[in-house]
Amino acid sequence: MEENMEGKNPEEKPAAAPEPVAEKPVPKPKPKPKKAEVGPRFVVSSSPHMHDGRTVAQIMRLVLIALAPAALFSIYIFGLDALRVLMISIASALIFEAISQKIMKRPLALRDSSAMLTGLLLAMNLPSTSPWWLIVTGNFFAIVIAKQLYGGLGYNPFNPALVGRVVLLISFPVHMTARWVTNSRFGTDAVTTATPLTQMKESLATLGHIDIAVGKDAIIDLLIGNRAGCLGETSVVLLALGGLFLIWKKVISWRIPVMFIGAVWAMTGIFYLIDPTHYANPSFHVITGGLFIGALFMATDYVTSPVTKKGMLIFGAGCGVITVLIRLWGAYPEGVSFAILLMNAATPLIDRYTKPKVFGAVDTRKAAA
Amino acid sequence: MGRSKFFGGVHPSYNKGLADSRAIVEIPMPEKLIVFFAQNLGVPSQPVVKKGDEVKKGQVIAESGGFVSTPIHAPTSGTIDSIGIHPSPVGVDASAAVIIPDGNDEWFEGCSAERSSEGLDADKIKEIIHDNGIVGMGGATFPTHVKLSPPADKKMDILVINGAECEPYLTADHRLMVEHTEGILDGAALFAAVIGVGRVIIAIEKNKPDAIEVMRKAVASRDGFSVEAMDVIYPQGAEKQLIYALTKRKVPAGGLPMDVGVLVQNVGTALAACDAVRYNRPLIERVVTVTGSGIKEPKNVLARVGTRFEDLVNFCGGLEGDAAKCINGGPMMGVAQYSLDAAVTKGTSGLVILRQEEVAQFVSDACVRCGRCLDACPMGLNPSALSIFAERMRFEDTNEYNIMDCIECGCCAYVCPSRRPMVHHFRRAKAEVRKLQKKAG
Amino acid sequence: MITAVIALAALAFVAAFGLAIAARVFAVPHNPKADEIEEALPGANCGACALPGCAELAKRIAEGKADVDACPVGGEGVARAIAAIMGMEFEGGGDRKVALVLCKGSDQVAAKRFFYNGVFDCNSAALVFGGDKACTYGCLGLGTCAGVCPFGAIEMLPGGLAIVDPDICTGCTKCVAACPKGIIKMVPASRNLHILCSSHDKGGVARKHCKVACIGCMKCVKAAPEGAITMDNFLAVIDYGFEIPAEVAGECPMNTIVVIGEAAVAGEEPTVAVGGDA
Repeated sequence: MEENMEGKNPEEKPAAAPEPVAEKPVPKPKPKPKKAEVGPRFVVSSSPHMHDGRTVAQIMRLVLIALAPAALFSIYIFGLDALRVLMISIASALIFEAISQKIMKRPLALRDSSAMLTGLLLAMNLPSTSPWWLIVTGNFFAIVIAKQLYGGLGYNPFNPALVGRVVLLISFPVHMTARWVTNSRFGTDAVTTATPLTQMKESLATLGHIDIAVGKDAIIDLLIGNRAGCLGETSVVLLALGGLFLIWKKVISWRIPVMFIGAVWAMTGIFYLIDPTHYANPSFHVITGGLFIGALFMATDYVTSPVTKKGMLIFGAGCGVITVLIRLWGAYPEGVSFAILLMNAATPLIDRYTKPKVFGAVDTRKAAA
Repeated sequence: MGRSKFFGGVHPSYNKGLADSRAIVEIPMPEKLIVFFAQNLGVPSQPVVKKGDEVKKGQVIAESGGFVSTPIHAPTSGTIDSIGIHPSPVGVDASAAVIIPDGNDEWFEGCSAERSSEGLDADKIKEIIHDNGIVGMGGATFPTHVKLSPPADKKMDILVINGAECEPYLTADHRLMVEHTEGILDGAALFAAVIGVGRVIIAIEKNKPDAIEVMRKAVASRDGFSVEAMDVIYPQGAEKQLIYALTKRKVPAGGLPMDVGVLVQNVGTALAACDAVRYNRPLIERVVTVTGSGIKEPKNVLARVGTRFEDLVNFCGGLEGDAAKCINGGPMMGVAQYSLDAAVTKGTSGLVILRQEEVAQFVSDACVRCGRCLDACPMGLNPSALSIFAERMRFEDTNEYNIMDCIECGCCAYVCPSRRPMVHHFRRAKAEVRKLQKKAG
Repeated sequence: MITAVIALAALAFVAAFGLAIAARVFAVPHNPKADEIEEALPGANCGACALPGCAELAKRIAEGKADVDACPVGGEGVARAIAAIMGMEFEGGGDRKVALVLCKGSDQVAAKRFFYNGVFDCNSAALVFGGDKACTYGCLGLGTCAGVCPFGAIEMLPGGLAIVDPDICTGCTKCVAACPKGIIKMVPASRNLHILCSSHDKGGVARKHCKVACIGCMKCVKAAPEGAITMDNFLAVIDYGFEIPAEVAGECPMNTIVVIGEAAVAGEEPTVAVGGDA
């Protein structure tokens, strides 16, 4: 409202009833340091003076709560190994965060829980067989390289947990993709097996057509999470519950997950209709791999996804399309992580070209035309 | 039918219960009054008195500085004690006259004389409104006679009397509507006559059921008048949002309500205009809601323009607890004061005193791009990007992202989990953009 | 293997050829003098000359559209070098000017009117009643000048006061433009006696607001050579055209006047008020 030009140019400010002649010299030079007579009394800031009380830490905690069921379930099916991975990951994330904030002379902000969330998300993207050094390395890349070196929370262009995962995936493919253990709860003994998506890809390569179980039991197994995979990506049902919780709590918007999963479903559906022997059922694609944890918890990361509504739709759809491209024709069986990271890179561009429409903007353009 | 469907908005805790049932009380004449010379948006008024002058109540002490300007009147009879710089409640230190009341409260010649509004033509009414220093009393203090003078090519068809009072805590307009129902409607009728519209809507938020009821009863006998109960959402009372909620007309970006044929006037303004035309009473007093948890006895106070906040606070029992913030206006758009030496102006709708624990502290953490501000912004802006640009001093970019359409309602800062001082950033950016535009010609 | 090598090599040749052609066809006529001048300029691209970067200034100088001493940062040395390139005689050689913050009111000695809570930037803070200091002329201490200084010459003292290191300062005047209070002035680097106050408040008011404010007692005016220090609306102002003996500083009852030796200043705080119970 007010511009306060007065701040700009003190000389112009009319002094209190200026007199042309200067005061008489003070007789005795007495720099008597009195206590400041004009003491500050009120806090003064720009409006608004109220706040709804929501903090970043609260939001992060809500996401942690939403992830908890799936994380606990992973301990249930993968046993204490899963607990070990979770603990090491979260601990190392917190330690790396503290150390880098100390070194970079930033205020210590462990209480915003963002490092904890990164650690948890990374753990949920690792196999239960991960050795400790793998987990620590992943967290180093996630926290130090992908987050703190870019300036900390809010400035990182890529999702830290995903950077950690992808670095590990490329550097240690054997540890990341070939040592799966299916649960010891539902089946007999722990056995090394392949993830459903790997099975799909390998059968296509060796048999010339896909050979996956898509019976009712198999689908139910996939939904509950009775399959090989990373800790957190297995239980579609629990992840979906967590996601719905976040949407209900207005922490995330429905736009990215729905577009992401929808795009995967639609695109794989088209190929399935064209040739069901070479392309898997779209429902299979949707409930396998890391799609749910990716779409609900990784792609919706605030910092690295668009803020505009239209942007979110584009972002989600883009993630879905790239995921399918990688799954069907890429070298890796799973493409969710790469898809999200690639779209992270496009986020500033998407935001720029999906500027929200200003209230009343249409009318001016019409009037100008 | 949801009469509130503008985009965005927030639901702050309103805390209107502190004062909404308390009848308006007049504050006794204080020992001194500090009357600012710049009390309207636009051109500041020009002082015509000097130190030592005797003034009468209603006498002009500053004349209009131009068309978009109004005169200022002495709020009571007394002596001009001094003219100097005082902390003005709008956030700058400004020139003001200190008046020592003589206690007689004697009217200036010609003031406060009843006259009939019959037979007055539009120009005469506008002139009376100008001469009596009427400005928008919702807080913006835009000269009313200017608003009543749309260019000839603008066809006006609706007059909205704004009784939404969407700012939390404030109850001044609420009490006015309950206690001065007929005066407000008479004022509205005057406005309607001046701009020649037949349809008058009194817009009131649903959290004032008693006001809605008395208004409904009162308008029953008036042609073309109606009362609309508005959903309770902030900023329902912002002109553009109110117009859209009522009529689904969108005021063009950068445009004025008159561009869609609507005139919006605050209820207090309507009452002041009625008093001016009917009794020739200049705008020298107004209702101020003195409230907040930091005040012992919240009240709706009828105070002379120039009443120091200190006097208002004392009249309401004094400060309570660790009062930490003193706000001129409501807590969403009001201006925080550093001193209780500031005084009531024509735009002072409230004095809200908040305690330490209620004061929202800005911490300026990095934007985490959660997008809550985009959902809250009633103007459809991207406050997240705007604040980041402003922070990095990329003011051309803020202009490209339509910073000038920001109404500074504060919804974005209200929901920001990083507690960023969004509106502060935007004020700075607007000032810089104006500078850039000036430079560009 | 061989095919790959050959293919890539061929590709490289084609691309290189294309680039060579493009360089010829789209060549921008270059003034060799401009290149030389650019070499002589500091190369900080600070914008102090009000042009977009050193290259642009070099071009202007080469075309004769700007003076050889148009770079305020480079000073005399650079001006001489450029004059040599241009084949001109450089006869200027005036005094080097450096920025000086005319305020000594750190938080220890200057009273505050309120607790400011908002954007950590002086220009933004000035929008709120002109800042939190009781003295409306003083340094706001949020470091906007330090932020815009391309050379890191401005340090923010813990008490919320900016101080310029005259040895590092190149006189680019960016801080002068950035300060919302307008209290950064360019002064000759050779002068070392300064009155570090900008308050035009009357003595009593100024004293109430700040323990090291100029109270307009005029003692320094009398002690200094005629005309060297004058009163401007209750504020003593130095005319840097005069040489003022260091003893004058001792006359100031408020300790507002300081003597800063060009050599002695690096990292040293100005003497903060005496005997305070702050």
